[in-house]
Amino acid sequence: MALTLEHLMLVSIAVGLAIITGVPIGVAITQNQRAADLVLYVASVIITIPSIALFGLMIPILSVIGQGIGYLPAIIAVLLYSQLPIIRNTYTAINNVDPALREAARGIGMTPMQRLKMVEIPLAVPVIMAGVRTAVVMNIGVMAIATYIGAGGLGTYIQRGISQTDPRQLIIGAVAVSLLAIIADYALLWVQKKFTPKGMKVMG
Amino acid sequence: MLAQQMRRYLYYGMLLLIFLFGVWAERSGFLEEMLEYEEDVVYLVVEHLKLTAVSGGLAVLIGVPLGIVLSRPRFSHVAENAMQVLNIGTTVPTLALLALSMSLLGIGNSPAILGLLVATLLPIVRNTYTGLLSVPVHLKEAASGMGMLPRQMLWQVELPNALYVIMAGIRTALAINVGTAPLAFLIGGTSLGELIFTGIAVDEQAMMLAGAIPTALLAVTVDFVLGALTFVLVSKGVNPLRQRPAH
Repeated sequence: MALTLEHLMLVSIAVGLAIITGVPIGVAITQNQRAADLVLYVASVIITIPSIALFGLMIPILSVIGQGIGYLPAIIAVLLYSQLPIIRNTYTAINNVDPALREAARGIGMTPMQRLKMVEIPLAVPVIMAGVRTAVVMNIGVMAIATYIGAGGLGTYIQRGISQTDPRQLIIGAVAVSLLAIIADYALLWVQKKFTPKGMKVMG
Repeated sequence: MLAQQMRRYLYYGMLLLIFLFGVWAERSGFLEEMLEYEEDVVYLVVEHLKLTAVSGGLAVLIGVPLGIVLSRPRFSHVAENAMQVLNIGTTVPTLALLALSMSLLGIGNSPAILGLLVATLLPIVRNTYTGLLSVPVHLKEAASGMGMLPRQMLWQVELPNALYVIMAGIRTALAINVGTAPLAFLIGGTSLGELIFTGIAVDEQAMMLAGAIPTALLAVTVDFVLGALTFVLVSKGVNPLRQRPAH
């Protein structure tokens, strides 16, 4: 149970940081097509790099500041992986806001900042949440692997199960991680629906 | 203009960074240490690719036909349920899949192949199915109006139109596969994970990098190759990559 909590904590800290960084980046790149292409390209390359390779690459770099193994590389990895779904969804959502709504916002005298805060972001929230959901589900899996670089979490059971050839721990770990991912998926789907502004539900 | 300049600076900055990294690697003797593992790296890359090729190949061979079968009208009543199951299946973390397949088959290459196969199968089936279903109805009607048999329609209309989505599924799947193959080491498969995990365990950074860098490069390369393949294979008219947006 403690391990489940630890697992959840790590994923939420990292994804939380990813939301704080990713959403502003996603909003910012809607202003510039080239920057958008570049940022999305870089993010998609990062996501292609296998997690264990990313850990391997980070350990030497982070050992310089004495944080080679442990929570820090795990959180950084999850943070990086979460960027693509969050940035991409923010970007597409804001780009797809109905131009008529944008016109209307300007028509009633909103400044660009107000328009962003009161029109574009609320409309984009469901899509952004979908990105967060993808990120969380993916990173519950990544965090399980992070056990091998000393980050704890539910992967501990799997690691012990494999090294002691103990099928009980192995199955507990595997099933627990899978359940956690599935539950998180459904829970976030619910949150996503909750966050959808009332006016949009009619539109589907 | 500004963006173009920025891009250029970024490009040179990257080159400089890579160069500095190279200098640092040489000075600190890292490069030399890493080259000691050259033989292992070559051997493991080949084994890694074998693992990927076998499990990924099987997944394509099973996944695409399965997706096609599910998309036929005859199976429409089971298809939705099957998709639900597959959706849940894709949320299961890959390490968990490998662990479960180890508890089923024990240690070695075959549980690794099974685990990778299952992890890879799901996106392929799902994309094949959705790709085939999203073929525009008017195209199918036109085809049946021309008197095409269902089989002809599948081969000449539906598959070419859905190919882009199917290829996207295969690309995602193989990216997952190449990325998960290092973990196969943990359950006794032979892959580049050997260098990474051993390197971590004995705190030997050169060994770790000798595993991690090729793994990362391999994943990016496979992704790139499949991207290029999609560009070539999918016929011009329905290939979003080849359509120049007017702006």
